[in-house]
Amino acid sequence: MTEQRVIGETLLSVENISLSFGAVKALTDVSLSIRKGEIFAIIGPNGAGKTSLLNVLNGVYHPQQGQITFKGETRKQMKAHESASQGIARTFQNVALFRGMTTLDNIMTGRNLKMRSGLVAQAIWWGPAKKEEAEHREAVEKVIDFLEIEAIRKTPVGRLPYGLQKRVELGRALAAEPELLLLDEPMAGMNLEEKEDMCRFILDTNDEFGTTICLIEHDMGVVMDLSDNVAVLDYGRKIAEGTPDEVRSNQAVIDAYLGVSH
Amino acid sequence: MSDVEASLKQHDTLPKLLLRNARERGGRTAFREKDFGIWQSWTWAEVADEIRAFACGLADLGVRRGDKVAIIGANRPQLYWSFDAIESLGGIAVPLYADSVAEEMQYVLDHAEVKFAICEDQEQVDKVVSVKDRVTALESVVYKDLRGMRHYTDPFLHSLEDVQKRGRAYDKENPGFFEAEVAQAKGSDIAIIAYTSGTTGNPKGVMLTANNLIESAQLAVDMEHLTEKEETLAYLPLAWVGDHFFSVAQQHVTGYAVNCPESSDTVMTDLRDIGPTSFIAPPAIFENFLTQIQIRMADASWIKRKLFDYFIGVADRCGIDVLEGRSVPVVDRLYYALGNFMVYGPLKNNLGLSRMRLAYTGGAPLGDEVFKFYRSIGVNLKQLYGQTESSAYVCMQRDGDVKVDTVGPPCPGVEVRITDDGEVLYKSPGTFVGYFKNAEATEETLDKEGWVHTGDAGFFDDGGHLKIIDRAKDVGQLQDGTLFAPQYIENKLKFFSYIKEAVAHGDGRDQVSCFISIDLEAVGNWAERQGISYTNYADISSRDEVFDLIKDCIEQVNQTLAKDSALSGSQIRRFLLLHKELDADDGELTRTRKVRRRIIADRYKPLIDALYSDADRAAIETQVTFEDGRTGVMKADLAIRSAKTFAPAAGAAAPVSEAA
Repeated sequence: MTEQRVIGETLLSVENISLSFGAVKALTDVSLSIRKGEIFAIIGPNGAGKTSLLNVLNGVYHPQQGQITFKGETRKQMKAHESASQGIARTFQNVALFRGMTTLDNIMTGRNLKMRSGLVAQAIWWGPAKKEEAEHREAVEKVIDFLEIEAIRKTPVGRLPYGLQKRVELGRALAAEPELLLLDEPMAGMNLEEKEDMCRFILDTNDEFGTTICLIEHDMGVVMDLSDNVAVLDYGRKIAEGTPDEVRSNQAVIDAYLGVSH
Repeated sequence: MSDVEASLKQHDTLPKLLLRNARERGGRTAFREKDFGIWQSWTWAEVADEIRAFACGLADLGVRRGDKVAIIGANRPQLYWSFDAIESLGGIAVPLYADSVAEEMQYVLDHAEVKFAICEDQEQVDKVVSVKDRVTALESVVYKDLRGMRHYTDPFLHSLEDVQKRGRAYDKENPGFFEAEVAQAKGSDIAIIAYTSGTTGNPKGVMLTANNLIESAQLAVDMEHLTEKEETLAYLPLAWVGDHFFSVAQQHVTGYAVNCPESSDTVMTDLRDIGPTSFIAPPAIFENFLTQIQIRMADASWIKRKLFDYFIGVADRCGIDVLEGRSVPVVDRLYYALGNFMVYGPLKNNLGLSRMRLAYTGGAPLGDEVFKFYRSIGVNLKQLYGQTESSAYVCMQRDGDVKVDTVGPPCPGVEVRITDDGEVLYKSPGTFVGYFKNAEATEETLDKEGWVHTGDAGFFDDGGHLKIIDRAKDVGQLQDGTLFAPQYIENKLKFFSYIKEAVAHGDGRDQVSCFISIDLEAVGNWAERQGISYTNYADISSRDEVFDLIKDCIEQVNQTLAKDSALSGSQIRRFLLLHKELDADDGELTRTRKVRRRIIADRYKPLIDALYSDADRAAIETQVTFEDGRTGVMKADLAIRSAKTFAPAAGAAAPVSEAA
């Protein structure tokens, strides 16, 4: 089925990005481009700079060098708010949900940027705010239906098992109706069944909504099955990029993962 | 045209009843379904319109009289409409269990010569498509849910939406076609072929006529005074004849509303939303509710726990008498009223049982204590007895005359007879026509005088209530001639919330032993409170503490068995805890969760041998099927323990402590 997906022009590209924290170089001269509609994976050993790169993409970190082009607009750095309002959503390596709130409310927060009525109007639930909330609720219900989490709609997320919390987090990102979805280790710490479910939801998201997905993942099986293109980082540098098959047979990648004998 | 009108007045098929309901109570709600978090409803008039379009669309696709059409999926209104749509064209509906794996489906699809399949979603379509090559008659597949189907381009796949669109056009071009088709059908036509899950061998296709279903439904409706005002929740597999009886036949006869849950995981919430007036559930569900209550009460604050224990004690003393309208001392009545306010009312409300006028259970006997619990808090829980072969209609307990260990007297219109060797036979208006393409099995089951041989062992008690003890073929003897009724023992064991499944062995042996498969939720919760750590099912099942816990349950059962002179010899001597749950995917249980003895005996032979040796450990390798259909091998080394047994006299004298 995947052959029929349309992968179009470049949606986001970074050129010669370098990021350092004091003397520590997190990223050195990294360039890559993500095309519209594809599933793009970033892999690499621990500390290779994967999450840093993701943080650069959605404006949490600001690189010292290089430029970022998103939807044709080139800039020195992304701003976090700007990236969210322009259609970049993400999930985190550690679940970052509001633990005391229900699944429904957590996903509703994903709609936050799309809400127009003011705080007071929302608080007294008056006029347009009422209508608007119904619209947002409908969008959230569609996400709930899509992710098959009807049964936990009203459950506080703190009480949910880890795999489901990850799914709720994906739901919150989806509620923002993103063009580009950044997933930071969506399958970390999951059992086989949860992983398979998550894979299916990622593929379905890409397929149903045409969302471009950029994910970081350790599970090689998952990466190879899921992605259209893979970039490999090691010590903050990009050492390879290409289709899963190309990357799998790349000597530099094998060395980075297995170590080189000296 | 007058012929058509005359025929439509007969109300002897589902579509005719549908048209009557649309005419007489067009504005009443017929179906509700929770979708996107909101209950959506359809009136009878809307349903009739949808079904008309559906039926005409199917006709346009090529469904002709006598064609078999499979229905595969969960309880969705559209799938229920399929029954009407198929039968209005003179087709025969073949509902399949949605959780069957592709190979099981292939057998039924092929055996039933299914030409069309109506699937709920991509999952079911995938299964059907994967076996399509081996199902020669299959022409087209209709699917309801569009999700994930975008890239399916095979020309034999049609969305329900498209089929209905074609149907509307077809209806316009052929006015009167639908009515004429509906009128052609007679009550004596085969309406559905329901495949029984069967504890042995391949499933058999039970052919039921429209008369079978509608006459039985009508008799039951009259007996229970059901009206169009009932609300029911349709959550049991629609391939099961019981669901067809309650959610289709009775619904069409009375015109009541059938509510479809959002998903199988939300049934508890949806039950609370709807608060059905009539409800049917297998014993496992009622046991599950009770387990949930017990777990939650164990975690509750001490004051709540004390209140609960006290008022459940009151209910235990007088609740059943209150429910059945017998005389109860004024003081007890007051206590019960207080209990109703403080405990039973909120409890029922929390479970969604507040409005429940009738609650049925059947399929397997329910533990005495579970049964008493519900009746004592004012839920009119009754047992019924039926089979697919009888359209689910044989015996039913009457209001106010309910005994815990019987299934009640025969229903109106049903005759029941017990053979000399104890087998239950019946004649009923719901008696099936025969097994599809299986004359041999039909002959074995349905004799020339019209008696159906149930294969169940039972007897009538003094009040004329039928008491089922076990499958006739399963009732055996120990070497010393003691009666051994495995299911009877297993059911006693399964009453304990810690025990999910039990399999007793003993036929032709010197003593009784059993496998226990623990309930992970209940035992896990218990372990948590005891501070016992565990990693998974196999691990917790091998803990000494858990062995002691289960041993205690077994000894309690032994004590009750000891009280019955006929069964005291069949007390459990040795047992082991299985390292995995018995699973329908592994063929160990039927889809309705009945134990498949022969398969278990075969698969776990080393364990059974070890139970009957002096060994205190046994090793086993089993094949397991994972949720995604792949298989793997599971190895385990299990401990075997002995349980105390009781002398018949001592057992009778000893105080029997039982869990609340």
